[in-house]
Amino acid sequence: MSEVHAALADHGHEHHPRLQHHFDSLEQQLYASTFGMWVFLVTEVLFFGGLFMAYIVYRIWYPDMFVHASSHLSVPLGTFNTAVLIGSSLTMAYAVNAAQRGARPREQVIWLFGTMVLGAIFLGVKVIEYMDKITHHLVPGPNFHFEDPAYQATAQIYYSLYFALTGLHASHMIVGMVILAILAYKAAKGQFTAEWYTPVEIMGLYWHFVDLVWIFLFPLLYLIGGAH
Amino acid sequence: MEASIAKPTNYLNATHGAASWFLTKDHKRIALLYLISVSIFFLMGGVFASLIRLELLTPAGDFVSSETYNKFFTMHGVMMVFFFLIPSIPATLGNFLVPMMIGAKDLAFPRINLLSWYIYLVGGLMAVSAMVMGGVDTGWTFYTPYSTAVSNTHVVMTGVGIFIAGFSSILTGFNFIVTIHTMRAPGMTWMRLPLFIWAHYAASLIMIMGTPVIAVTLLMVVLERVLHFGFFDPTRGGDPVLYQHLFWFYSHPAVYIMVLPGMGVISELIAGFSRKPVFGYSFVAVSSLGIAFVGFLVWGHHMFTSSQSIYAGLIFSFLSYLVAIPSAIKVFNWTATLYKGSISWESPMLYAMGFIGLFTIGGLTGLFLSAIGLDLHLHDGYFVVAHFHYVMVGGTLLAYLGGLHFWWPKITGKLYYEPFAKVSAVIVFVGFNLTFFPQFILGYMGMPRRYHQYPEIDGWQVLNVLSTAGASILALGVILPAFYLTYSWFKGPPAGPNPWGVTGLEWETASPPPTANFEETPIVTRPPYAFTNEDAHV
Amino acid sequence: MSGHIIGNRFTYFLVFIALMVGTAVTVAVTYIHLGWLNLPLALAIATTKAVLVIMFFMHLKDHPKLIKVTFAAAFFFFAILVAHTLSDYLSREGHGMQTYPASGLVANP
Repeated sequence: MSEVHAALADHGHEHHPRLQHHFDSLEQQLYASTFGMWVFLVTEVLFFGGLFMAYIVYRIWYPDMFVHASSHLSVPLGTFNTAVLIGSSLTMAYAVNAAQRGARPREQVIWLFGTMVLGAIFLGVKVIEYMDKITHHLVPGPNFHFEDPAYQATAQIYYSLYFALTGLHASHMIVGMVILAILAYKAAKGQFTAEWYTPVEIMGLYWHFVDLVWIFLFPLLYLIGGAH
Repeated sequence: MEASIAKPTNYLNATHGAASWFLTKDHKRIALLYLISVSIFFLMGGVFASLIRLELLTPAGDFVSSETYNKFFTMHGVMMVFFFLIPSIPATLGNFLVPMMIGAKDLAFPRINLLSWYIYLVGGLMAVSAMVMGGVDTGWTFYTPYSTAVSNTHVVMTGVGIFIAGFSSILTGFNFIVTIHTMRAPGMTWMRLPLFIWAHYAASLIMIMGTPVIAVTLLMVVLERVLHFGFFDPTRGGDPVLYQHLFWFYSHPAVYIMVLPGMGVISELIAGFSRKPVFGYSFVAVSSLGIAFVGFLVWGHHMFTSSQSIYAGLIFSFLSYLVAIPSAIKVFNWTATLYKGSISWESPMLYAMGFIGLFTIGGLTGLFLSAIGLDLHLHDGYFVVAHFHYVMVGGTLLAYLGGLHFWWPKITGKLYYEPFAKVSAVIVFVGFNLTFFPQFILGYMGMPRRYHQYPEIDGWQVLNVLSTAGASILALGVILPAFYLTYSWFKGPPAGPNPWGVTGLEWETASPPPTANFEETPIVTRPPYAFTNEDAHV
Repeated sequence: MSGHIIGNRFTYFLVFIALMVGTAVTVAVTYIHLGWLNLPLALAIATTKAVLVIMFFMHLKDHPKLIKVTFAAAFFFFAILVAHTLSDYLSREGHGMQTYPASGLVANP
């Protein structure tokens, strides 16, 4: 913020090697990065928001279809994945904490790697679920087949939403895991210290956001069937 | 050759070679990269506009087939809206000036800034390849179910191109917002920010709030075409009108992405050439945010003739009138600024005057269209075409040209030949009005848009010929600056730090500015546009 | 300034437990028949879980007001999208709630 800017502009200060030339201080740089990440998450909310909007309209139009179509999703697998993702948020929080404390590289890497493993388990389960939908002809399009002919047409809307929402979510996880791998590599080289850990912190925000999306997707996609 | 004395180092001569440009993190160089690329897209969009006007010269469809004509107006719209108007002012002038006006060394995320240019290029190249491969014929709005189920042109390629370019716009807006919040120089409080900054802040809000929605909407269209998903497919119970809601949630506010930065430019020009602070500074500043916000509440006025419910239509109609309030605040305050000002008529001021007049016509005709009853008659006709060209060409393009002339000496350090600039400003104004005013009349008489032929009645051809003639004049007016501005860059006399004698941090540093913008971080002690009595006699 | 917000590891663990309990509850509630109440209940639990993640894992509660307002703005604009779109869908003649032909238009030309 400009107040800090003012305080630092008057006197010279030591330059941390991580300080980019256009910032006056590491605090300003960290603030810009953190704020920037939150602004980015705002765009993500609205990015998913377009699909959620479509979900809302069709859930209002076809409540019965949603009950029937969602009954083909596995609640146990969905619950398991929810638990895995919440667990990965915990390990991510610990990874950020380790970097903030300037913990030994080994500890930082363990938490980052643990987050990746949990992410991989989530995606693995997702692949199993997708395979199941493919073998049961539940992918929208000419090969779509729904056992109740009354929903043959409209159930495709549910599955379009299902694949788009979970696919977009999964692609965010894949991107996140690539970044986690890079961060783990950097952490192993001891780049993150109590003084400078910005990448781990803003990656944490991203990962928690991905968790956040799933917290809504789970009840909205999986937990409709119980009502009948 | 001319001077062996060491010239002062500036952002242009600090480093050399192609890599120093294509890998630059300097916001000023990135602004120039954008300037060149948006100019190329503007040229392409302009070529399609000329082809459209050529076809409409005669009532018969004798120049191209209706299919080709559909592709012409689609490519014109896609190029102009997504690849020229949206990035035009923010990515060029905004990129150059936002850090300088707030006294920062660069944007908060210089690498992301460069990335946004590359993303823009990739998106643009995809759209151009779609065009080369045969084009797309859906209109720039990509309405479903035509775009998803009927059209056999390159919808996917173009859609993905726009999807990608959307992220460039998001990144620019994101960078501006973070920069304006965190990088202001000491003493640069919010109420001391130039109105250019306020306008860009408001436009950036729309970029980050709206653009993601159109990105995901185009993604849905692509999924529907490629993977046979069924979001908008009526044969599976989907609703094509839902597409229109999602599309206009962005694309209506997008109009304000185009015009708000233009209003920011005009505020600077009016203050600068009246040698007075902008009248009602805080109202003009906040009205930018007002326009951005109200802009999100009115999108349904594009859908009065869709199957949208009449109740929703009434709400959207009522709210659309509200846009007039913040817009009128700006226009009234600009004109009040002129009152008793020490006005001088340099070329940027001519563009600014053109903007005020044409934007006012564009805005007022928008009120006609917000009335549901009137819109039913005017919808999808030439009245609409004329209306939004008055806003986008009469507004954004004139502001863009005016701003480019105003800050050209800062960007290049050279002065252009002022008489040429004045002549071209007049040519643009005359050509523009001759092109688009007849279209109001045509639209009122019922001529629909997007048809390649029209009946020989009521003197429609006369009006169309006038419009085509005007387009040729307009084309001349926008091509001229390309020549004398480029010429001035190489041969123009040096400009000095502040050739116009105006206020603002960007004028307190050298022209062209050094890479870090300022020799030392400026400390701001005065409100913007603090002209003194001596300034009035310049 | 938002710099150097260091969370408590025990708090993180408690939040994790709360999220797990929330997940168990939301699954359990699905199998209890509450009619129209099921959906709002599921959303209420999801929102509670989301708030826990945002406030504790993402530390929004410790961030300056600017960041709080920024993130809230995202949901505000999403609410505009939903409210305005539904102003159309909920007031359409002949459509409204679940009266759209469930079998699609092709089946009933």
